[in-house]
Amino acid sequence: MILFTYDKTFDGLLSCVFFAYEKKKFPDRILSESDQKPLFVDEQYYVCTEKEKSGRVWKGLEKKLSKFAQNMMLSVWLSELPEAEMLLFRYIRKNIDHPQGIEMNFGDDDVLRIKDIAQKVANDARRLIQFVRFQETADGIWFAPVSPRYNVLSLIAPHFKSRYAGQPWIIYDTNRNIGLYYDTRSVAEVSFAQKDLPDLKTGGLDEEKLSGEEASFQEMWREYFKSITIKERINLKLQRQHMPRRYWKYLTEMQ
Amino acid sequence: MKNYQPDRYFYDFKFVELISICFLCKRNTNHATGKMNDKTLEKLKILADAAKYDVSCASSGTSRNNVPGGIGTAAGWGICHSFTPDGRCISLFKILLTNQCIYDCAYCSNRRSNDVKRTAFTAEELAELTIEFYRRNYIEGLFLSSGVMRNPDHTMEQMVRVVKLLREVHRFNGYIHMKTIPGASSELIAQAGVLADRMSVNLEIPSEQNLKLLAPEKDYPSVFAPMRFIQQGMLESAEDRKKFRSAPKFVPAGQSTQVIIGATPDSDKQILTLASALYKRPSFKRVYYSGYIPINTGDDRLPALAKPPLVRENRLYQADWLMRFYEFKASEIVNDAHPDLDLDIDPKMGWALRNPAFFPIDVNTAPYEMILRVPGIGVKSAKLILTSRRYGRLNSVQLKKMGVVMKRAQYFIVCRELPMQTVNELTPQYVRRQVSRTQKKQAAELLQYSIDWGE
Repeated sequence: MILFTYDKTFDGLLSCVFFAYEKKKFPDRILSESDQKPLFVDEQYYVCTEKEKSGRVWKGLEKKLSKFAQNMMLSVWLSELPEAEMLLFRYIRKNIDHPQGIEMNFGDDDVLRIKDIAQKVANDARRLIQFVRFQETADGIWFAPVSPRYNVLSLIAPHFKSRYAGQPWIIYDTNRNIGLYYDTRSVAEVSFAQKDLPDLKTGGLDEEKLSGEEASFQEMWREYFKSITIKERINLKLQRQHMPRRYWKYLTEMQ
Repeated sequence: MKNYQPDRYFYDFKFVELISICFLCKRNTNHATGKMNDKTLEKLKILADAAKYDVSCASSGTSRNNVPGGIGTAAGWGICHSFTPDGRCISLFKILLTNQCIYDCAYCSNRRSNDVKRTAFTAEELAELTIEFYRRNYIEGLFLSSGVMRNPDHTMEQMVRVVKLLREVHRFNGYIHMKTIPGASSELIAQAGVLADRMSVNLEIPSEQNLKLLAPEKDYPSVFAPMRFIQQGMLESAEDRKKFRSAPKFVPAGQSTQVIIGATPDSDKQILTLASALYKRPSFKRVYYSGYIPINTGDDRLPALAKPPLVRENRLYQADWLMRFYEFKASEIVNDAHPDLDLDIDPKMGWALRNPAFFPIDVNTAPYEMILRVPGIGVKSAKLILTSRRYGRLNSVQLKKMGVVMKRAQYFIVCRELPMQTVNELTPQYVRRQVSRTQKKQAAELLQYSIDWGE
């Protein structure tokens, strides 16, 4: 078994591709330094990340793949699934080896899998756009805790940036302890101190941290939610299908 | 996917340690409280409850960027922000301006003769509430409807005022759907059309004589006149915009309408023929079907239903999709021999079983339009099949992975393997038994052992 180790960055993965073609050694596993190594390893290489080499690989892919397929690859990377590295590696390799690229061949398992994962990531991002709930804090920042399955914050930033251009907001991923902070000019990455985390995870902020009118608007929204329901048509299964339970934690109307 | 365009190296965010910037300070106690009070809450309850029977809640069809100093965008793809326990989407803040009404329509909860609490929002109140909900990402925009107070023109004027406030004072750039009050003057509709994204006039009852029966004060001309006017405005604006890019858009997301299902004896054929005639108009985006819910009891013009006709409503939506995305004609889905949709099987399967001669279809060679007609293959999987078969012939395992529902599709296709038994060998009656809903239900019931204790 041939094993590559790298620094767990997207550039690092592209460097692995470059390295493999340069040395004519194709890995069976790609892991980061800190991962558990498999038992039987014949050869092991540490691949240094070099922006120049990864850039060349990406340029080559840009020639063969549509913007759509490129975005799918980035989405798969954001999924942070354990299988993502090898899947992307095989996908890139197949595209390099095929004269026209195999982007549209959904009969191929890897192409289909890339599409499926990218779709899941896109769905997660879409759900976030749907179910983010801002609360106005006492110091005028609009705060929204979220817990997406994949690392999709960077995908949703442009949407919220243009929609709420005039209000400073924070969207905070409580699973990964990382958030986006928009100060009405640009978006920055932020993270809270460890001791504040348990409070954030429960969703609701303390009364004293909220702005004066926040509680009454939340109350109105809950009442609206109740009133707009048609009792004769109750269909909880359908509700859960569209709005899975794992999003309810931070939804104002489900508290 | 196309909505997210991550650049090569994602976004280069700068990293800020945010421990002391916010949250840990105490509330600013001199914050003004109480513009929104209990009275607003009470109004909200009444007017939301009165608005809930309108099904349309889509926010798709236009995309718009933010304007400097304003708030809001329109995403182009509909975003649902929540789902109520009845499984319906909340995308827009659906609300009535008032539930006072001069009309007395038999099917409506706000009719004159009903003894319900009447109330009305002021324009300022409603505009502010919309903005506050929007800021919290509860909604995509406003769906403004109203009972008719005094006369149609007066009502329409009040509604236009709300929307004007939103657009011009609050600089709101999100989605706005406005109901047109039948009988309102065309000047008011013209004003509204420039401000709103979508406008709609509800037909409610799929045939004129039944509308006359249930809503004696309404008639078809008063519904179709504003529809025609909106369409004309849209076409003119499209022409103008070819010459001047800055010409204002008029109802950019088109118009829609709603019909109530099951309140009158109208057949599905009547409903779908009407819908397909409407879809032929360039401005028409959606026809909504609303299963009749008996709100007003004791009116002998209306049927007594135990449950709203939800299955029929679902089948109508399926047929609607067939007309809009699958290139089916209304006459193929329902005709004189079959004026109503089959509740046991979906309309596409129904068509396939009536036309077994059309099948089997070879997915590796057939054109797109024919693949679309196979039950169990949708638009997405049909497109995947089309692009993938260039690389080699497809087999049934690959089809399944692409999302084809083989349980239904197997009787109508051949692929790389030896042909399976198709509808022609097995007869349509057999296939029907295999896929029908009631059959499945009965089988499931049989499996549940009922224990008879002989008491």
